[in-house]
This record gives sequence, structure tokens and C-alpha cells, in this order.
Amino acid sequence: MNGRQAIILRDVRLAFRAGGGSFQAVAFFSVVCVLFALAAGPDLRLMSKIAAPVVWTAALLATLISLDQIYRADREDGSLDVIVATSDELALTAAAKAAAHWLSTGVPLIVATPLLGLLMNLEAGAYAPLMLSLVIGTPALSLIGAFAAALTVSLPRANLLISLIVSPLYMPILIFGAGAASAGAAGDPQYAANLKLLSAATLFAAITAPLASAAALRSNLD
Amino acid sequence: MKPSLYDLANPLRFDRIARAALPWLVAATIVLMTLGLYFALFNSPADYQQGQSVRIMYVHVPAAWMALFCYTVIAGASAVGFIWKHPLADVAAKEAAPIGASFTLLALITGSLWGKPMWGAWWAWDARLTSVLILFFLYIGYMSVWRAFPDKTRAARLAAILAIVGFVNIPIIKFSVEWWNSLHQPASVFRGGGPTIDGSMLTPLFLMGGAYMFFFAATLTQSMRSELAARRLARLQEIDARSSYVLVEQ
Amino acid sequence: MNETFAATPAHRYRFRASGVSISRGGVQILSDISLALDPGETAILRGPNGAGKTTLLRAFAGLLRKDGGQALVQTMDGKSVDTADGTIYCGPLNAVKFSLTVDENLRFWAALYNTPPSMIAEARAAFGLDAHGGRNAGALSTGYCRRLGLSRLLLARKAIWLADEPTASLDAAAVNAFEKIVERHRGDGGIAIIATHDALSIASARTIELKTGIAA
Repeated sequence: MNGRQAIILRDVRLAFRAGGGSFQAVAFFSVVCVLFALAAGPDLRLMSKIAAPVVWTAALLATLISLDQIYRADREDGSLDVIVATSDELALTAAAKAAAHWLSTGVPLIVATPLLGLLMNLEAGAYAPLMLSLVIGTPALSLIGAFAAALTVSLPRANLLISLIVSPLYMPILIFGAGAASAGAAGDPQYAANLKLLSAATLFAAITAPLASAAALRSNLD
Repeated sequence: MKPSLYDLANPLRFDRIARAALPWLVAATIVLMTLGLYFALFNSPADYQQGQSVRIMYVHVPAAWMALFCYTVIAGASAVGFIWKHPLADVAAKEAAPIGASFTLLALITGSLWGKPMWGAWWAWDARLTSVLILFFLYIGYMSVWRAFPDKTRAARLAAILAIVGFVNIPIIKFSVEWWNSLHQPASVFRGGGPTIDGSMLTPLFLMGGAYMFFFAATLTQSMRSELAARRLARLQEIDARSSYVLVEQ
Repeated sequence: MNETFAATPAHRYRFRASGVSISRGGVQILSDISLALDPGETAILRGPNGAGKTTLLRAFAGLLRKDGGQALVQTMDGKSVDTADGTIYCGPLNAVKFSLTVDENLRFWAALYNTPPSMIAEARAAFGLDAHGGRNAGALSTGYCRRLGLSRLLLARKAIWLADEPTASLDAAAVNAFEKIVERHRGDGGIAIIATHDALSIASARTIELKTGIAA
């Protein structure tokens, strides 16, 4: 097993153990969906219409609150020094960290989505587009989020700053992702267009975010 | 020692040039603004559809140009600062941000005021408006990074990385009205085949654009001067408080 | 980064640092530091708090940018690499994950350092952790946690050790064990630079002191 695989395995393991982030992410995701459902009231037709966008927003928010931990814990116990010192290509290591975040946060959210779709009276035809848009879009959320986490890792508390940095970068992902999910249910031709834009955004993030994260990490080493 | 953000020599020369240029920049701003407003308010035609409210265009459109232009300046200065570590580049980027954010806000507000009579709503989530709003948030995020880090050398590098990453939004804004059929009108000035609007409207547009440009230059120059002075002071205070160490073998 | 710079009689490396200067936040912390160490030599780095011992070691480890000068690890036949690749840095933090077991922590580091799993048992034994392999690292006392952190010195298989306050929370027996491990490393031809406030007895170690210089 090489170093990067070991990092992914370790991060996923830590996230799924007690006190790790996976459970929190799914719990928060569910809470947000339930709150929206309550706020929308008993009108089932309204809930169906907003179900896909609400799930997308909830997934984005759940991802957002989990970002701080990507690098902070490692920095505080000295593991980040070891990871950076043993990394031959820091950008690839940053990509591995983002991949680990997606596996421990994005994937559980995707798995939980069908259940929450039921709660929100999601249309039968909307499940597949919603899941597909999440599968394509959540890696972008992890990649961009990991970049914001790397940028702010040397600050004592960075939750607000991470939200400010990441919001404009997340907005296009949300627009395309939720747009694809809604259009897919209706059989709208916008569905394919939104998916293509979403894929392009994820690919762009996959190339840019690790490079930017590596530069940010290097600037943040004490 | 390589020039750092705190280098004394270079910024002093900048200060001399800035002080000499500033009165001219301010004068140009005032002249162009006066001319521009005159043409905009009195010497250009009203629209056959919109009536007099079309004149908001002369405030709104150049503001939108400046919103994009300022971010481009920030991204360019950030790249220069990141690659060549020139101290003035970082300061220029930092000081340009509040000006650019203000132009963006001006564009958003005047756009909303103009759009209400036209579209019947204060806001619409079409591609152009949404991407300019995203640009505004990018400015806020960028300025927050500068404020968050007490070590300004580090803040400069991190903010530069963010500015460069966010630059992808600029071409998206520019072309969004062409790529998506949207509520906002397509480009009529900066486009491939040349402007499509009448000269009598172009004149005030360019005059106001020029006025905003000189305003930006004047404000940026003055902001950079104060920022550099503040840093010189901070550095002198730091040197007073610390001493450096050398190695001695026993 | 996957190359081994292990200290064995067959491979001997020299440590050469010259003119190293570091400044942070516009203030000069270290000026013109030069240090030359040959195989088998140990340097004890002393100095008051805030003198820059950690800064210097981190710069050698490649975790901090130097403003000037260079630091190299040289083979006996003249090939040289940057100290970032040829050294192992053990800082005041242990890099230990509390939710993982001792063995899981060791295996993770072994994967990062490209060390064969057989060395894990050796490193564990050298620092007296054999009885604790399956325990969660969070259940260890501070001293045992430190021992676990120090085991990276052996796992990384590098000739040059940079240790920052290694004996900070260790009891007398553990300090003794650490001294013996450093002695063995010296015997194999390795080099160690140890920053410490404690009195370590390592045979023929040079003491180097960081003293106040003139502000730049």
C-alpha cells in the first residue's frame, strides 16, 4: 500500500469511528431536510416540487460543516507535518485527502438520499436524476471544500471563513446539480445540459483544487 | 535578503510617483464624471420603450465593466505577487478589492432599480445577475482572507491563490448572456462585430467608464500609499521588540 | 521521496548546512547558520525559549522556507540531496491518532515512509510498546504516546535524525532507552541533531548554542 492509499484508508477509518464525521454529516443532512419539510407545511405537491433542490442544499450544507476537519485535526496533532514531509507530489496528496472526504461524507449522503426522498415525497421519476447529479456533483464539493480547508488550516477557528470562501465556488455546482435533478424528473431537455455543465465543473475542480490546495498547505506550514 | 512585503526601498519610490500622479488622476476623474453626467442626463436620447429611466444605464453598465475589470486586476496582481513575489503587487491586489466590491454592489443595485420597471421584479435569477452576485461573494471571501491572517505575508499568498482560483468566474459572467438565453440583454458594446448601439449613447457610456477608471486609479493609489505607510510603521515596531539569533558552538 | 537514506555501514551520509537564514513576518529569526556533521556525529542544540531551535529544525526538515543558504545531505561520493528528503523530523507533537490503535498508527507511518512491515515490530520493541500494540492510542499515557511518536525515527529509515524536545514527557528509564537508541544510530553511521533543555548523555556529542545576534 502506498502513502496516498494509506491516507485515504486512515481518513475513512477515522471518519467512521466514534466521534468521526460521517455520522454527523448524515445526521445534519437529515435534520435540514426535515426542517425544510416542516417549514413547507402539509402541501404534498409543494414538497414534491422542492424536494430535489432541498436535498441538494442539505447535502451542500452537511458537506460545508464537515470541511473544517479535513486538515485541522492533522495539523493539531502533528500528522500534517508527517504527511507533507513524506509527500513527493503534494497536489496528489491533496487530491487523496479530498477523495477520502468524499468517501466519508459524500457517499454516506448519497446513500441516505433515497430515504430522505421518501420523506419529502420526491417523485418516482426524480430519484435517478437526483442520485446521478449528487454522484457527479459531490466530488466537486469535496475537492473545492478541501481547498478552502487547506487555505484556512493555520487559523484557530475557521468555520465562518470557510463558508465565505466556499459559497461563491459552490453556487455554480448547486445551480447545475439541483437544476439537473429538477429537470430530469420533468423530462426537460435542460437535464442533459445541466449534467454536462456539472461534469465540467467537477473535472475543472479535480484539476485546479488539488494544485491550489498544495500551494495553500505549503504557505500554511509554520 | 530578497525584497519582502516589508522592504523599505521600493515602496518609497512608489510613494513619490503616487504623490505626483494623484492630483492628475483626481482631476481626470472630476472632468470625465462631469462630462459624462452631462451627456448622460442631457445630451443623449431617451429610449422609446423605457423613457427616461434608461439613463440608469450610464451608471449601471460602466459599474458592471469595472466589477469585472477590478477582479481581473486583482487576479493579475495576485499572479505577479505569487510568482515574482513583488511586494507592491500584493498590496495592489489587497487595496483593489474593496473598490471592486463597491462597483459590483453599485452594478447590482442600479441593475435592480433599472430592472424593476422593465421586468416587473426587483431581482431575477438569470445567468448574468446570478454570476455577478457570485462575483460579489468572491470579493467578500477574498477580503475576508486578508483580514483573517495576522501574518500579512501569509495572507498575501493565500489570498492570491483564492483570487486566481476564482478568476474562472470572469469569462463565465462575460459570456453567460450569450450561452444562456436569459432575461438580461445580450452584449451590445464589447462584442465581436462592434457595438450595436448608437453613438449618442456610446459617448456617455465611455465617458462614465473613463471616469470610473480614473476613480479606481486615484482611490487605489491613495489606498496603497496608506497601506504601505501602515506596514512601514508596523515593521519598525516589530524590529524594536525582537532580536535575531546566531549559532555558537561550545 | 521513496528512496531510503538509512544509516548502515554501507551507506554514510554527511550533513552540510551553510548560511541558512530564516525570517518570518518580516522579522529575521535566524541569520547565517552553518553546521557540518559527519557520519556518527551528534549535535545537541540548546538555546533559550523562542531562540529558533524549532524553526531551524523545521527548516532542515523542509517544512519551512529558508530565505538564504542551503542545507544538504551528501553521500560519501559527492551526490547530494536537499535535507528535506534525507532527514526525519520528530517534533514536539506526536502525530498520533487517538482513535486508531498503536499498530494502526505504526502501519500508517510505515506506508507513508515506504517501510516494510517487518520493521514495525522492531520499532515497537525498541520503544517498549510491544505490550500495547492492540490498544487505542488514546488510552496511552503521555509518556507512552511520546514513545510512539518517537518510533517514527526508526520507521523512517533515514540517516539524519532531527529531534525536537524528544525526552519531554519521558521517565528516566525511557530517557535511558532513547539515549541507547541514538547511540546505536550513531554506531551505524547515522547523524542526530537534538534540540533539548534536558541533560542527555550521548557519547562525544557536540553542544551547539543559539545565542542572540544583532537584529537585521
